[in-house]
Amino acid sequence: MVSLQVHVVDSARGVDLEFDVESGETVALVGPNGTGKSTVLAAIAGLLKLEQVRVQVGDRELVGPKTWVAPHERSVALLTQASLLFPHLDVRANVAFGPTCTGANNPGAIADSWLAELGLTELAARRPFELSGGQAQRVALARALAAAPDVVLLDEPMAALDAPSVPQLRKVIGRVLANRTALIVTHDPLDALVLADRTIVIDDGRIIDSGPSRDVLSHPRSPFAAALAGVNLIDGVATGPKTVRDNDQHELLGESAEELVIGAPAMATFSPTAVALHRQKPEGSPRNVRRGTVRGIEQRGGTCRVDVDGVLADVTSAAAAELQIEPGAQIWLSLKATEVSVYSR
Amino acid sequence: MSINQVDLPRWTMIPAVAGLAFVILPLVAMVLRVDWGDFGSLVTSESSLAALSLSLRTASMSTAICVLIGVPMALFLARSSSRLVDVVRPFILLPLVLPPVVGGIALLYTFGRRGLLGQHLEVLGIQIAFSTAAVVIAQTFVALPFLVVSLEGALRGTDPGYSRVAATLGANPSRVLTKVTLPLVWPGLVAGTVLSFARALGEFGATITFAGSLQGVTRTLPPEIYLQRETDPQAAIALSLLLVMVAVVVIAVVRRPGRNPW
Repeated sequence: MVSLQVHVVDSARGVDLEFDVESGETVALVGPNGTGKSTVLAAIAGLLKLEQVRVQVGDRELVGPKTWVAPHERSVALLTQASLLFPHLDVRANVAFGPTCTGANNPGAIADSWLAELGLTELAARRPFELSGGQAQRVALARALAAAPDVVLLDEPMAALDAPSVPQLRKVIGRVLANRTALIVTHDPLDALVLADRTIVIDDGRIIDSGPSRDVLSHPRSPFAAALAGVNLIDGVATGPKTVRDNDQHELLGESAEELVIGAPAMATFSPTAVALHRQKPEGSPRNVRRGTVRGIEQRGGTCRVDVDGVLADVTSAAAAELQIEPGAQIWLSLKATEVSVYSR
Repeated sequence: MSINQVDLPRWTMIPAVAGLAFVILPLVAMVLRVDWGDFGSLVTSESSLAALSLSLRTASMSTAICVLIGVPMALFLARSSSRLVDVVRPFILLPLVLPPVVGGIALLYTFGRRGLLGQHLEVLGIQIAFSTAAVVIAQTFVALPFLVVSLEGALRGTDPGYSRVAATLGANPSRVLTKVTLPLVWPGLVAGTVLSFARALGEFGATITFAGSLQGVTRTLPPEIYLQRETDPQAAIALSLLLVMVAVVVIAVVRRPGRNPW
């Protein structure tokens, strides 16, 4: 395992980004479209030559003022949102492609073990056009890892998938990225939270925030990060297959790709826009309801972000006025279970 | 169930059917004139066999040369970002629109005894004009653009992401080309090769201008047919039908129906 150091300058697009990824660490790059995230990945992979780039993997300089290592000699694998499986090869040959190129002993055996690792053994003889989007992306992941890369780059790997296949792929990616040096570009705050140790927020070609994913996303310091994330994160333990209890003994019922292990650490996330506020205890049962104290109000355009004992809620300014929300007021929160994602931690 | 085609007005049937008749009728007319009784002896006469054998040998060789130099040309045209490519492209396509006889003249002043290169080759004792080599050169000259154009189109139609991902998996440029890029454009490459072969097989103008018409040396099937037409029309018809059959076989081999290109 090796670290990754990157400094990319593309003055034509106003990009100037410098960051490190520790050995074995996964870092998420988030930011609006067109701010240079994919440029950075292409520069690291060697698919783009820019005026001023420095890329170092461990002790090895890949790109520098006088260095240019060809893409095939970098040991940097790239997984994009299109799986790009070679259509003329079957699944097994696709996965064996990397080991064959690098002259590994018995590429077929390496392919078989990665197919087994990712639960794809039954698909080995299939052609890419016979796979679903989620399956194809898992095969692409196996193919990338079978090349034994020092660094794995993921460019919105789940962006092109239909919603039901996302949680399963996210889980697989999380498993294989553990203890790997990896960089993931994503628009989904959950990817950053679940997959990345650290999140770097980019806007206008500059790093505007960086830190542990939970901190960056729960306390966004930029309008973009707030819009992207600003998610509510609840830490606690699972008390049911889809229920998380936080440290204040509040229970939250949510949706999950798989049943939680009761008693194990778990996490719930939901958007502030999913939280409704009420003066009186709301009627209707399949909702998460609790009472709290307003700790702060922040006006943003036509909406108010209200902090109720640490839970953020976005309501329209009109609704805020009608509810007479002011610091110290007692208020009821409600939240549909379908708006809450719960995860094992 | 069938899809209702909304941009196929009925009147288009008339010109379409007329066009089809225009293509098929001449073939029918020719087949009707074939003297089947003598067909075998006509196509196996000494001069016919010599022409057929020469045609197949030269067309195969020029097709091989087309692939050898045309594939790299198509790769440059499709992949290079150099401005030079835009300047060069019209010249590569020129033989496509040039009358073949003009191509033959141009070749004569390049490889002929007093040509640009020919005069130096002459010193080395190499004579190209009016030899079998000249036939191959003439055929290659006219057939090359067919391969380049179809392959360039196929290359531009493929997602460059495949070759990029292959590089990140550790494949060097030669391996990317042979294991990913070319297999992806295989149908285009085959189509281009067949078109080149067909064009080489039918080549007449440039060949007769640059290579002449010497039996067994430079007289391929098209000049043979042209000459026979004067003296023995039945032989010309029989040989024409032979070329048609070769063309049909070639098309059938390439367009085997129901086959996944991969």
